Amino acid sequence: MFDFLKAPIASLGEFYILAGRAIRNIFRSPHYADDIALQMDNIGVGSLPIVILTGFFSGLVITMQMSRALAQYGASDQVGQIVSITLVRELGPVLTALLVAGRNASGIASELGSMRVTEQIDAMRALGTDPIQKLVTPRMIATCVMLPLLTIIADFVGIFGGFVIARLSIGLTTSQYWTSAYRILEYNDIVQGLLKPFVFAFVISVVGCYYGLNTTGGTQGVGLSTTKAVVVASVWVFVITSVLTRIFVYMQ
Amino acid sequence: MTTPEANTSATDALLRVENITVRFDDLIALEGISFQMGPGDTRVVLGAAGSGKTTLLKACLGLIRPNSGRVYLFGRDITDLDERSLIDIRSEVGVLFQEGGLFDSMTVADNVAYPLVNRRVHTIPASEIDAKVEEALRFVELSHTLEKFPAELSGGMRRRVGIARAVVSEPRLVLYDSPTAGLDPITANTIMALIAKERDSQNTASLIVTQRYQDGQLMANFRYNRTHGQLEPVSGNGAGNQNGSNPAHTIFMVMKEGRLIFEGVQAELEASDDPYISKFVPKHSVTYGDSD
Repeated sequence: MFDFLKAPIASLGEFYILAGRAIRNIFRSPHYADDIALQMDNIGVGSLPIVILTGFFSGLVITMQMSRALAQYGASDQVGQIVSITLVRELGPVLTALLVAGRNASGIASELGSMRVTEQIDAMRALGTDPIQKLVTPRMIATCVMLPLLTIIADFVGIFGGFVIARLSIGLTTSQYWTSAYRILEYNDIVQGLLKPFVFAFVISVVGCYYGLNTTGGTQGVGLSTTKAVVVASVWVFVITSVLTRIFVYMQ
Repeated sequence: MTTPEANTSATDALLRVENITVRFDDLIALEGISFQMGPGDTRVVLGAAGSGKTTLLKACLGLIRPNSGRVYLFGRDITDLDERSLIDIRSEVGVLFQEGGLFDSMTVADNVAYPLVNRRVHTIPASEIDAKVEEALRFVELSHTLEKFPAELSGGMRRRVGIARAVVSEPRLVLYDSPTAGLDPITANTIMALIAKERDSQNTASLIVTQRYQDGQLMANFRYNRTHGQLEPVSGNGAGNQNGSNPAHTIFMVMKEGRLIFEGVQAELEASDDPYISKFVPKHSVTYGDSD
């Protein structure tokens, strides 16, 4: 009767097992430092241009939209607060995570997926290496380190984007904007602004690896699991941010 | 040196498979398969696509766990072993995957070095790895491809690199998954000659899964002469070579829909009048030309 639930529950179970093994491997030798560095470069440095671009323009757009609304109340000078709160708490982490999900969950899934269909994963197991240790754990560590850093950069560039508009179009002074943007931030905002990307990073990397490692059906299967990885990772980003935001709002 | 027959006693068999059954959901991939192999033994598994040959090979390595039955590698029961202990045992077996299974993000040299660099038991000093890699590539006559990537090589060359990687750690048992699939007859013959050379120069036990009867024929009728450095026909039955491996003792197994329907030597295989088996065995196959 509930047969339709079997597959999703089974895959959720497998996902947990994979995540658990990947975490456990952090504390076990051998450690593949080279692979971690390579993935950090790929995920972190590789995503930098697109993250900067998106962060800048989102800050720009928020300021443009908000300044009009705030002008009705004569509070245009408060625009720095709005930009910094929205970016640091929510948009910075979520936008960066979505970009990294699109760029790296797909990259991971397609890379591991093609390794799977060309028997490279089995070859790896047969040649005496644990594919989770060699492939999943480095990607997980790299994403968990790089995504919070990328988020910080996106936040800052976004607030700077807001400053460009505030200065040029609204006519605020430099210190007016930056002081209000800085003063409004509380410890709580910073914590959730950094905790979120950390959790997103974990989910994005493990989802990408999970779909990659479970690829079946040749090259067509690689395409399919790449798409699934991006969709599932993105949906999870939204689910997690809703839950975490609720928790932080409740705690305040 | 003991004879292969004596070596294949239950206690020191390199690989022993006992009545294994593998199911994928409702599909029976393997049913009731048993056999064992000792040092220098050759087994050739014939069967149509989907008959469970590759599944059998993966089950022997613990890459697939059987639903019932037991698998022993080097005398150790690996059936219920956890993945981590399995990884150490597997690193003592050489494997050639269907398309070579090379890591395409690594150079040929790194691919061949992989088993040596990454294993956790019987590790060898880093300074010796390069020499071993070169030796393995020389064995497959591909010393000039060290810095190339697998994508730059032809199908036959990739297969040869795969063999180099399989034998670089000097395993006592090598499993070959369809070593000649998709290759032209000349390249296929080169590959099989290398497999025979590995068997006869190192006394390696070889489990060869293939669709081509000629592959088994070559293993059963030729041996590598180290003095002349080439293959030569086996004269007479029962005589092992200087290392103890004995081509004439090549056992053929035929699989159909997950079951073993034949097990025996070449003469018995050729005498079989089972319609499925005779499809694999060409009617006039007793002559061996150079092109074979």
